[in-house]
Amino acid sequence: MELFFNPFDNLVCILLGISFTVWFTLLLVFIIVPAIFGVSFGIRRLYMKTLLKIFEWATLRIERGAKEKNHLLYKPYSNAIIAREPTSLEEEIKEIRRSGSNKDLDAAPEFEMSDIFYFARRGVESIMDDEVTKRFSAEELESWNLLTRSNYNFHYISLRLTVLWGLGLLIRYGFLLPLRPLDMNLLLYSPFYRMKNFLSEKVHLMCYRICVRALTAIITYHDSENKPKNGGICVANHTSPIDVIILASDGCYAMVGQIHGGLMGVIQRSMVKACPHVWFERSEVKDRHLVAKRLSDHVEDKSKLPILIFPEGTCINNTSVMMFKKGSFEIGATVYPVAIKYDPRFGDAFWNSSKFGMVNYLLRMMSSWAIVCSVWYLPPMSREEGEDAVQFANRVKAAIARQGGLVDLLWDGGLKRGKVKDTFKEEQQKLYSKMLVGTQEDRSRS
Amino acid sequence: MGSRASTLLREEEIEEIKKETGFSHSQITRLYSRFTSLDKGENGTLSREDFQRIPELAINPLGDRIINAFFPEGEDQVNFRGFMRTLAHFRPIEDNEKSRNPTASEPLNSRTNKLLFAFRLYDLDRDDKISRDELLQVLRMMVGVNISDEQLGSIADRTIQEADTNGDSSISFNEFIKVLEKVDVEQKMSIRFLH
Repeated sequence: MELFFNPFDNLVCILLGISFTVWFTLLLVFIIVPAIFGVSFGIRRLYMKTLLKIFEWATLRIERGAKEKNHLLYKPYSNAIIAREPTSLEEEIKEIRRSGSNKDLDAAPEFEMSDIFYFARRGVESIMDDEVTKRFSAEELESWNLLTRSNYNFHYISLRLTVLWGLGLLIRYGFLLPLRPLDMNLLLYSPFYRMKNFLSEKVHLMCYRICVRALTAIITYHDSENKPKNGGICVANHTSPIDVIILASDGCYAMVGQIHGGLMGVIQRSMVKACPHVWFERSEVKDRHLVAKRLSDHVEDKSKLPILIFPEGTCINNTSVMMFKKGSFEIGATVYPVAIKYDPRFGDAFWNSSKFGMVNYLLRMMSSWAIVCSVWYLPPMSREEGEDAVQFANRVKAAIARQGGLVDLLWDGGLKRGKVKDTFKEEQQKLYSKMLVGTQEDRSRS
Repeated sequence: MGSRASTLLREEEIEEIKKETGFSHSQITRLYSRFTSLDKGENGTLSREDFQRIPELAINPLGDRIINAFFPEGEDQVNFRGFMRTLAHFRPIEDNEKSRNPTASEPLNSRTNKLLFAFRLYDLDRDDKISRDELLQVLRMMVGVNISDEQLGSIADRTIQEADTNGDSSISFNEFIKVLEKVDVEQKMSIRFLH
């Protein structure tokens, strides 16, 4: 028995040894060395192109499968289910009344029972499809990217496709997943990291670049001449915690944020060692003046790095930009807007924090194909004469939305977790009351 | 795997809903996806809180009345069938449906059923009559604090006077239909799908 096992054992050990060495060399050559020198081999672009071809093939197969069964495929349309006319309350109700009677409408305004149709239809329209709730869940794709989490048609999958999916699963969980945290570990314990305090900027960048390659992130930076400078505030739309890594691998920033517990806290504390960041206790966050004072102190010191802020306050699913909180726009520093757009075909970067915790999220990130995104550095903006903080914030938001091809929404990202304010309802009620009784001037005229 | 995978809609169910509501196959799957995304508790039914989470509905002055229309008497949960049955009232009327066999049961999106949906928004206690009180309450929801009680009262009185034909100081469903006979209900109470 022993004789039988020994040579076998040896063989297994040798094989393991060889594969580990090969793996490690690959790691070194393709990930760490290029990261140090900021050079790319172009392998990742090739990887991207191959993946796209495979996804297209997969979608065609599913469509064929659906046609055979004579069914219409579920096609997710990220735009809209229903047609919504952007008419105002007044216009619509006038139209409804016009069709119901021949009375002269510009005469005394009054109530009609048909007015309720307007509210009923608007209400049901928002039940069928609304602009806000869909921003807090992952975007739906037209082609399948071989991740089960984004598939809705899987009763049309043929055998070949299942095999491909199985292979994909193996590659993602067996190869990509173990590789990535290993890189992160190397990063944290490597001597480079300790050197951070001395060599600061260069090493800082290098470490983030290693992170980026570890996640197989393929980032395209546009307009780098507009990169944020010292003494300014960098403002970007927020989709996931990875946004930070992406921006930080191309420039040094001071971060602002709450001190978190758990895994996030560990990461934050390790970042603090490298550059002076501005961290707040949860209780301090409530004190807006304190926050504003510390931020403006930091900004006035021209030697300090630009502050990175995400004014939406929460993660949005990268199809839209939601209301910017005005705090960072009140300080009066130059604002450098940055638009970040992820390509959803390779893996959804959105962190749905009400559904998934941090660990779960990281697992999903590390087992997706790649993270492909584009970063646009927009020209700097400052507050103009006669413009208040809210208008300035909206102007910056519009610029970011336009560049990234995202929908510009006025709704507050806080609606992810909180209720909408009553003031909006009161506005609607006010508008409608005007139709019933007119304003003071109307009454005095008649 | 997402929750959609585990509570997938069966073909037979889709056929049944198609027959009952008249929605097409793709519209049903699309609305099912919407239903599951609203269902935060992931138990296959929606509660009133699930609806109230939609900001555009929460700011609608009649939001609560509309939400109520989805829930049958005394119930707190609505399943997908019930959800579709209520939404079906807003399906546009197609030309080929107008010339249907009169003995067949009335489709959910007929003119009469659309008017019934609106009537029920006014009829708070579901007794098939809109009383002066009920009308006042609904008016109050629509105007908020911007109109005084007396003004609102006179508006309500005038409305009932014009509509009430049998003198019982309340509006029955037939009187309601009569008042609105010229209004283009088919268009105003319909939501057009994009595909």
